[in-house]
Amino acid sequence: MKLGLVIDLDVCVGCHACAVSCKQWNTSGTTGPLTDYRPYGEDPSGVWFNRIRSYEVGDYPNNKTINFPMSCMHCEQADCVDVCPTGASYKRAEDGIVLIDQDKCMGCNYCSWACPYGARELDRESGVMKKCTLCIDRIYDENLDEIDRQPSCVITCPAHARHFGDFDDPSSNVSQLVRERAGYDLMPELGYQPTNQYLPPRLTRPVPTDDVKKPLLSSVKDWVNKAIAR
Amino acid sequence: MHPAFSVIFFTVASGAGYGLFIVFTLVQLFGWLKLSAQSVLIVGIIALVLITAGLLSSTFHLANPKNAWRAFFRFRTSWLSREGVFAVLFYPLGLAYLYSAWLAQGGTNPWVILFGLGAVLLAFVTVFSTGMIYACLKTIRQWNTALTPTNYVLLALASGTVLLVCLSAIMGYPVAPLAALATVLVFIAAITKAIYYFWIKTVTGPTINTATGFTQAQVRLLDTGHSAGTFLTDEFAYQAPQRLLKQLKLIVYGLAFLVPLLLMALLASGYGGWPLALLAVVSLAVGLGVERWLFFAEARHVVNLYHGAQHT
Repeated sequence: MKLGLVIDLDVCVGCHACAVSCKQWNTSGTTGPLTDYRPYGEDPSGVWFNRIRSYEVGDYPNNKTINFPMSCMHCEQADCVDVCPTGASYKRAEDGIVLIDQDKCMGCNYCSWACPYGARELDRESGVMKKCTLCIDRIYDENLDEIDRQPSCVITCPAHARHFGDFDDPSSNVSQLVRERAGYDLMPELGYQPTNQYLPPRLTRPVPTDDVKKPLLSSVKDWVNKAIAR
Repeated sequence: MHPAFSVIFFTVASGAGYGLFIVFTLVQLFGWLKLSAQSVLIVGIIALVLITAGLLSSTFHLANPKNAWRAFFRFRTSWLSREGVFAVLFYPLGLAYLYSAWLAQGGTNPWVILFGLGAVLLAFVTVFSTGMIYACLKTIRQWNTALTPTNYVLLALASGTVLLVCLSAIMGYPVAPLAALATVLVFIAAITKAIYYFWIKTVTGPTINTATGFTQAQVRLLDTGHSAGTFLTDEFAYQAPQRLLKQLKLIVYGLAFLVPLLLMALLASGYGGWPLALLAVVSLAVGLGVERWLFFAEARHVVNLYHGAQHT
């Protein structure tokens, strides 16, 4: 198995619900707590497994806002695992999930240097590195209903921008999505072979606006604005 | 990258210690300088103190040092682990060499040669591993080059030789041949460091476009998604002003290379005494501290692309 996520950049609205739900689930999960520093102070900070950034792609008027959620890519060539001197970082052979053994980590930060995606964050309180576990304590929990055996971020996403599945199975939902929507790797040139795939925004026809008839009031306003010098 | 003082001190001190040990042991084994048993011990212990102080300092940047003993287990894949293993293996051989050389009254016998060469080899691969810790990271183009371990090894050898010239001068040995060796090593180290500084000026590798996958248009950061600093910004976002970097580079060229080069050349041609050699050591130590600070401050991790950098 090769478990991972597909992130649909076409529909992500940048609401940060995935990050919040991830934090809520994992802070009491196997690698918890996800410590907060100064949570009620002026500059609250802390450990997060998900980070969402927003970018502007293209120049006006052909520009678009892209909300960009990122978590661990569970790479095939996980350098973070190779550089770890203690053996705390490991990649599971059975499903490809990259994990950190909290009892072995010495907090040297070296793995975070080897990760190009910024997926690893040191917990300064406990002194160990933490990262996305693909909700390993959910996806294999047989006490949960089948539909709930998915990572917290995937279940939470209100826009259905996140999908979870097995990339080794060509008929899985994630494999189909990647095939149909041309899913791609981030920074493929570094050769990490990330498992998580990103779906580009769909091509849309621009809606023409020049033939829209303006209401009378708006035309008057335009005329007044032009007539009165500022 | 954020320059951590503990790592700067570690690499400069242990580099000089290993360099001193390597050069001094070879000089002693091949009989280029007849040293008394007492001098062998003094120089050897100074080298070991520098190495140990550096290694201890390197553990100060660990967030969870109680697990540091586990760092010897991923020898197969991790350069950090290899460095630790080589550094620890060095001690018994280094101590055995010093003890046997002391027993041999500063002379040589098969045991001295065996332990000496073994310790030199381990000292060398330890410094090389330190360089490879940085050079193996594909995420930082300024480090991911063969020039990184080359610089680490050459700077360790150069600083060790300058230190040995100073110690020999203080103990009253003739230093001209050693100072000539130091001149050559400082010169080669200066050339490779200069090549490094010019090499990293060329921008290569990932851009904000390949990082996001939008390669057909300009990509700009609108929002980082956090209102205060994060682990990522603390660790990777540090960027020194260009003017400061330029000024510090001049200091590196001056203090780490030019001043020691001139002083060593003076000593090699028979002028001056131990005060000049000591001045060279102090100048080199300060210069290498700045050089190591720059090594971290100039390194740009690719995660900065996600925080809006167009290239690294």
